[in-house]
Amino acid sequence: ICDFLCIKNTRGLRSQLKDSVPVTGLGTQIGAYGVQDTLRSGFSSVKNELLPSHALELSEKNFQLNQDKMNFSTLRNIQGLHAPLKLQMEYRAARQIQRLPFLQSSHLALDTLKGNDESISFEDILNDPAQSEMMGEPHIMVEYKLGLM
Amino acid sequence: MLNTSRPCQPQSGGFSFEDSRRNAVLEGNLSELGYSSPKARKTGTTIAGIVFKDGVILGADTRATDDMVVADKNCMKIHYIAPNIYCCGAGVAADAEVTTQMMSSNVELHSLSTGRPPLVVTVTRQLKQMLFRYQGHIGSSLIVGGVDVTGAHLYSAYPHGSYDKLPFLTMGSGAGPAISIFEDRFRPNMELEDAKQLVRDAIVAGIFCDLGSGSNVDLCIITQAGVQYLRAYDQPAQKGKKEGQYKYKPGTTAVLTKTVTPLPLDIVDESVQLMDTQ
Repeated sequence: ICDFLCIKNTRGLRSQLKDSVPVTGLGTQIGAYGVQDTLRSGFSSVKNELLPSHALELSEKNFQLNQDKMNFSTLRNIQGLHAPLKLQMEYRAARQIQRLPFLQSSHLALDTLKGNDESISFEDILNDPAQSEMMGEPHIMVEYKLGLM
Repeated sequence: MLNTSRPCQPQSGGFSFEDSRRNAVLEGNLSELGYSSPKARKTGTTIAGIVFKDGVILGADTRATDDMVVADKNCMKIHYIAPNIYCCGAGVAADAEVTTQMMSSNVELHSLSTGRPPLVVTVTRQLKQMLFRYQGHIGSSLIVGGVDVTGAHLYSAYPHGSYDKLPFLTMGSGAGPAISIFEDRFRPNMELEDAKQLVRDAIVAGIFCDLGSGSNVDLCIITQAGVQYLRAYDQPAQKGKKEGQYKYKPGTTAVLTKTVTPLPLDIVDESVQLMDTQ
């Protein structure tokens, strides 16, 4: 875990990203018949989906994903395939320790594994989900999580 | 606000870009009418740092501007990061403040985790990684200086994420005048008093030659022994004392005519309220 934490937040390894699938960031939810689901996610326009409204929107959305991909790829090159596999297995296990999706879970195990318990960034200061004024709709969120939607 | 494009997934923290489209449209509408949208308050600063024989001296002016208006005559631009590391911030005032506070928290957590006092290079690395991640949208330029186990160091970080390690540095809108003083008179391994005078002169040059800097000079001297924060070390821009009397004597202007018109007032309503005078 120690050397993994040392390479946290390295951005200079674009070559490691070459065989990763680009995440199409801004699409709305696809409902039945492959068409956008207006009832659940409101009206949409092609412009809203294609162009980001802010230069940082896409990069911030995918930041954690890209960091993880780069780190795993570097770890694979240094230590062999077993290292990222074992780490991802631990992440998967730790991610399951949470409450129902509309309630706030602390993600303590996952944060400790990722090293987020030892740093403070804008995710902790701004828009804290525990302080948000609105709660998600419980039935829909649980259905989405269980894949029934 | 619950993110409407993803109502089924739990929210995450951090920046929310929901309103950026609306803001762009609003700005466009305003500029059509000829107005401009309000700008963030900048510090319009002169900050400087120097490495001398025993450590590091950081200096800053104390003016914060809102476009062309002075918003704060005595703000603190030298921020605490660790007991042995301080940081001067220029650029957008809120960005510099929040950035230095986050760096301070991160460095405290890091040093608790490693069990060692923090290094200046740790602060600089975390700072530049964060600034690069946000691609210059966080408009803060910072000078980080401190004394750690490896010696005295001085780094500067620019809003887009580049950094410099030099024996003397200046940043902010008054960087030009200040760096000229440094280029002229800096020598390696100066004594404390000479170094203090040099930094003071550099900041004063920024105060007088740059509209965005003004008021007092703050100094922060960091050595192995400890930190000395000299707030308002020098106040070069005080108002001068008036030499003579500039008021007109009563009777200077001759009165030509005088008419008195009494205003008729009727009492409409009279009420008495008792006050508790205990």
